[in-house]
Amino acid sequence: MIASKSSPLLQVRNLKVAYGGIQALKGIDIDVAPGELVALIGSNGAGKTTTLKALAGLLPSTGKIHYCGKSLQHYAAHQLIQEGLVLVPEGRGVFARLTVKENLLMGAYCRHDKSSIAQDMQHIYQLFPRLAERQMQLAGTLSGGEQQMMALGRALMSRPKLLMLDEPSMGLAPMMVVKIFETIRNICAQGVSILLVEQNAKLALEVAHRGYVLENGLITLSDSAASLLGSAVVRRAYLGS
Amino acid sequence: MDTLLQQIVNGFVQGSVYAMVALGYTMVYGILGLINFAHGEVVMVGAMVAMSVIHLLIGSGLPPLLVLLISLIISMVVCMALGYGIERIAYRPLRNAPRLAPLITAIGVSMVLQNLAMMFWGREYHAFPSLLPNNSHRLSGAIITEVQILIVLIALGMMGGLLLLMHRTRLGRAMRAVAENPSAAVLMGVNINGVIAITFMLGSALAAVAGIMISANYGIVHYYMGSILGLKAFTAAVLGGIGNMRGAMVGGLLLGLIESLGAGYIGDLSGGFFGSHYQDVFAFFVLISVLIFRPSGLLGERVAERA
Repeated sequence: MIASKSSPLLQVRNLKVAYGGIQALKGIDIDVAPGELVALIGSNGAGKTTTLKALAGLLPSTGKIHYCGKSLQHYAAHQLIQEGLVLVPEGRGVFARLTVKENLLMGAYCRHDKSSIAQDMQHIYQLFPRLAERQMQLAGTLSGGEQQMMALGRALMSRPKLLMLDEPSMGLAPMMVVKIFETIRNICAQGVSILLVEQNAKLALEVAHRGYVLENGLITLSDSAASLLGSAVVRRAYLGS
Repeated sequence: MDTLLQQIVNGFVQGSVYAMVALGYTMVYGILGLINFAHGEVVMVGAMVAMSVIHLLIGSGLPPLLVLLISLIISMVVCMALGYGIERIAYRPLRNAPRLAPLITAIGVSMVLQNLAMMFWGREYHAFPSLLPNNSHRLSGAIITEVQILIVLIALGMMGGLLLLMHRTRLGRAMRAVAENPSAAVLMGVNINGVIAITFMLGSALAAVAGIMISANYGIVHYYMGSILGLKAFTAAVLGGIGNMRGAMVGGLLLGLIESLGAGYIGDLSGGFFGSHYQDVFAFFVLISVLIFRPSGLLGERVAERA
């Protein structure tokens, strides 16, 4: 992948985030090209979630974030979804006391074209028939896997250009993880760029085009997903072999 | 039997007013986790503004119903602006402060509003001009006035409208989403500050209407009237389960009934030792009992669930 040479969708340069006196991100560079699936792997506390939160505007950060050729400096967090930059947060962020259908509609909160929203809703229900069965149920009553499907579906309802996923495999049964990752790959194949944060490095690198390894707030390795999977360093540190 | 029915009618009327005010407490609590103790004062301001507008228009020859409608609208607009201002000036700067800070601020705002109202309208009791003919109807032994019928109908209508707004519209969905998970709501593109401001304004509009209702029913307005009313409406919100809108409605009506029945029978029950002026005791007896035996209220969830 020579994606970073064509004009990138997302270009991050020297991104820094500090919590109080602690520097959680010490200046990282990340690129995501249109249509690309990029994995960000690393151990607990390396700064993966911090990176996504900073990109989503939920944390104050310094450095450059260019997206679609624009600087995101003056955007408030709630304005980013309209630009197609969408985060599915760690723990999924479902609205437990809203129904499944209402959760999906929240994804389309910034859209006003009723008929195409309804079409997209049908599309999501085809993608995840389980959600169609349970559309009138409160989201809090869904299983973890169903909630993750709903969170993905809800994000798709906004018609994203760049989808950022934080630990989509967290707390899910192995069968469900396989299904979710298959879906992620399909979403990407339909032209949505994806920045995927995962602790399960093997899974992430198997679906990704490229990957970054984050350690203590710094990018220590970046390469094609295939080479990272084959790299001795990565294998020893993250793949347990 | 006549007493029973009469007390139920009175309780229902009073309870409708409590419910309208309780909604304001519960909506703000649901979204910010804050008890807006200045809310009772908004009710008072609503009543005061309506009274002033009526006095201004009463000699103008406009039909009384129109005067009432105009005063209602002006009072709602003033209260919405007041609610917005309170949130913007007193609470928003403290959004991330420890919880005690906004609570103390709320009490401070309440005192400021009371004193401003006292300076502006004076400390005496004012008669609330009655615009509607005070015809009353007999309801198998109980007496209900047309004003009271109107109070109950308007309250039920507004509460129904509010539930529709919360459950059938995009705005209502956003309000519920923010109440449940603000950071996820931001990711959906919801402007949290906007939703919070609207919540305060909606609650204040209900408060304005409640203020006019209670003044029209008793015919008296006073700068201190919001204080005890606010406390009782807060009790109603806790009784129903604070943060739960249906709870506030049920809690309000129930508290009205408890108070009214209590006041009606306390004399007989205590052999004349306590009189009906002890009716305020019941509200706080209810508050303490709920806090001891069912802190989450009648319709509140026992455990906060978070996925």
